[in-house]
Amino acid sequence: MTFAAAHADTGDTAWMLAATALVLLMTPGLALFYGGMVRTKSVLNMLMMSFVSIALVTVVWLAVGYSLAFGGDSAAGLIGGLDHAGMSGLGPDSVQGTVPTLLFATFQLTFAIITAALISGAVADRVKFGAWLVFVPVWALLVYVPVAHWVWGPGGWILDRLGALDFAGGLPVEIASGASGLALCLVIGPRLGFKKDAMRPHNLPMVMLGAGLLWFGWFGFNAGSALGANGLAAAAFLNTLAAGCTGLLGWLFVEQKRDGHPTTLGAASGAVAGLVAITPSCGSVSLLGALVVGLAAGVVCSYAVSWKFRLNYDDSLDVVGVHLVGGIIGTLLIGLFAEKAMTGGAEGLLYGGGVTQLGKQLVAIVAVATYAFGVTYGIGKLLDKTLGLRAGEEQEHTGLDLTVHAETAYDHGVLGHGAPVAHSLVPTAQKVDTQA
Amino acid sequence: MKLITAIVKPYRLDEVKTALQELGVHGLTVTEASGYGRQRGHTEVYRGAEYRVDLVPKVRIEVVVEDAAAEDVIDAIVKAAQTGKIGDGKVWAVPVETVVRVRTGERGPDAL
Repeated sequence: MTFAAAHADTGDTAWMLAATALVLLMTPGLALFYGGMVRTKSVLNMLMMSFVSIALVTVVWLAVGYSLAFGGDSAAGLIGGLDHAGMSGLGPDSVQGTVPTLLFATFQLTFAIITAALISGAVADRVKFGAWLVFVPVWALLVYVPVAHWVWGPGGWILDRLGALDFAGGLPVEIASGASGLALCLVIGPRLGFKKDAMRPHNLPMVMLGAGLLWFGWFGFNAGSALGANGLAAAAFLNTLAAGCTGLLGWLFVEQKRDGHPTTLGAASGAVAGLVAITPSCGSVSLLGALVVGLAAGVVCSYAVSWKFRLNYDDSLDVVGVHLVGGIIGTLLIGLFAEKAMTGGAEGLLYGGGVTQLGKQLVAIVAVATYAFGVTYGIGKLLDKTLGLRAGEEQEHTGLDLTVHAETAYDHGVLGHGAPVAHSLVPTAQKVDTQA
Repeated sequence: MKLITAIVKPYRLDEVKTALQELGVHGLTVTEASGYGRQRGHTEVYRGAEYRVDLVPKVRIEVVVEDAAAEDVIDAIVKAAQTGKIGDGKVWAVPVETVVRVRTGERGPDAL
């Protein structure tokens, strides 16, 4: 991956600086998207799980994560080396491709951040905050970093050796977070009242705002993965828009037919499902392919989100139904829709490439999903045995906002949905006379 | 004296208020309430999961009047709140032993 240019290209560097900031914005966007979907009593905790991921993943990434993911391969395409631990040997003059290496490393960091944050949706309302603070850096190192190396690292076995394609992170981001979310929600168990109590999204405008920010940031995610300001970036950009649109329409179509009403949550979820699916494929399919990929994800994911009720796993905010399923759809469909004009070589089944590419995609999906699920399950069990993974029953009933963070998001009436009746508590830090 | 309590649909509140003002009722108290009767609740669907919402938003109107005026007040509330559809609400009256106006200490009907 290091074909050294003497100097960074200014145009490419300018675009990648902007793209990196766009991707970082996706994590606060995700926080709002998730935050609006939980009940009022744990919305702040939901936001916090994403925000602390920014800080935690950044620290481990700069310490060893970047080097292990993108440093020179040290074991058959499975993991990188420690040559750039602590970002050593990298300065303003270091160049990766046509952009400064420090920028490339930061761009990749923003992917690791949102992937860790995505998992929080599977365990909403009930995870012990201290355990989450340990889980995130451990997970980033043991799951994200190796998978990122397999896919994008120099000599990584999935892209460089097997020849499977993943342009912007269907495998390390979407499938890894989805499979990990499934594992973690199985370890922690369902929310109190799962399938009994109404657990309605408390703020749908917040969900829509979050979805909008995600979509905006996704242009940096996908078009930025071209690692330059060029035609491939433009094609990925347009594919990203197209798939988000057909995902939105597909989900709403199913809702209208099945439930009788097109919903705002459905529109937001459908757009995200389409964006998830086009993530791996945006750099390898034509515009027609992108429209199909988005539509397929919108339709299939709108059904996949209800599997949890039948199979009894409380993936609270549908990380499995949207990210795992959407990620698999997008990664798999590369095997059908890959076009030479985009990939520079590989072709899908529908463009005369036979089933070879489809097979490679399938192998990559199974490997990443199995690895992420297994390792995350292990981390979860270990944390559960040591620190304890799950918040106490009373904390969960009252809500994590008040019991963990000593805050409440809203000043609401006693009939608010799931609102803790706690405003008569006297603050201990500074006594405030509310009668004044 | 009688305490008349009416549980009605929130959007009928203005009509009820106007009707009571026309009858010369000088004051009333309104609270937001939740409940269900024969209307039961409604269904909401989020990502395909159906939730039954049993408690429907209502307003509770309370007014204390002299015995002689009670029937007229009840009729006025019913007329103003009625839409003919299920979920219109209920009105009831109970005897009130005493009423005191806090500002002056007046008691009984004078305090109304």
